[in-house]
Amino acid sequence: MSKFKNKKDNSLPEISTASLPDIVFMLLFFFMVATVMREHTLMVKNELPFANQVEKLDRKNLIMNVYAGKPSSRYKSFGGAARIQLNDKFANLEDIKAFVLAERAAKRESLRPFLVTSLKVDKGTNMGLVGDIKKELREVNALKINYTTKKGEASDNLK
Amino acid sequence: MIRRLAPKVNAESMADIAFLLLIFFLVSTTIETDSGISRKLPPLQDKPTDAIIKKNNLLRVAINQDNMLSVDDELVDFKNLKAIAIAFLDNGGELNCDYCRGEKIKSSSDHPTKAVISLVNTRETSYGAYIAVQNELIGAYRELRSRESMRLFGVSFDGLKKSLNEKMSKKEKNAVKERIKRIQLMYPEKLTEAESKS
Repeated sequence: MSKFKNKKDNSLPEISTASLPDIVFMLLFFFMVATVMREHTLMVKNELPFANQVEKLDRKNLIMNVYAGKPSSRYKSFGGAARIQLNDKFANLEDIKAFVLAERAAKRESLRPFLVTSLKVDKGTNMGLVGDIKKELREVNALKINYTTKKGEASDNLK
Repeated sequence: MIRRLAPKVNAESMADIAFLLLIFFLVSTTIETDSGISRKLPPLQDKPTDAIIKKNNLLRVAINQDNMLSVDDELVDFKNLKAIAIAFLDNGGELNCDYCRGEKIKSSSDHPTKAVISLVNTRETSYGAYIAVQNELIGAYRELRSRESMRLFGVSFDGLKKSLNEKMSKKEKNAVKERIKRIQLMYPEKLTEAESKS
């Protein structure tokens, strides 16, 4: 019996937590490196559609973002119809031209031909709005566009 | 001389501080999507030019307001679109197309460089459906280009494009660019979009 008791006394040694800070730091560094701070606060619903034939946009500073979609729940007062968002503000179709020209003017001249307009449009939006945006972009000669999508099967969009 | 040792810094709180930072970054992280389908819009023209395209060289893809897909006025299942597009582009009916592997049907396109796909959508079509169709059509072009690239150079078309980013001499770079151009000319992306009908 005493033998039995002795064994129980030799219970597990305490786990050393000395390496815990190191582990946490490792995770921290990972997230710090992987994080991209969002530039704009989204005011529209922005569920991007899926596609698998995608190309990566690599020059981050040469992208103009145009968001479109229904106003998100916080901004219900703006109505239920899909709206355009440029730079933290709801915008009308006519504002797109001014926006593109302003973005263009802010870039060095040698870089201007490489500006890409990234259309971040909610997948439930009607094509009418997207067509109008495209027409505005054509009028200011911003012809390079990118339909920003998530990676996935395109057939999921139809569900 | 008496050396005064600096008192040991208590490092116990280090973990807490790191946790705090970690949680901040976890919460504020949004993995931003930065990839998508790149397209080039046609420049605005004052007068629409009348392009005469033979009927057999045109594939009319349309999406209606209920997101239903039709090709040449026939309802088509979304899954078959890519195969239809490939069959159409790769047909090579009339003009001598030595790299086409299509069935050479008279009623389909004459040559990949002549084949035009026209995409029409209504204003009520959802953006998701539109992207899905775009995706399939681009997939068709990409598959054909990749096939030819494999046959001629032994690398996929994407591989060719990717190799441009690697370090190499100017001469090699130009050679790769030349190859990309050659493939692109074999299957040019002739995808037109009519202004959406209301």
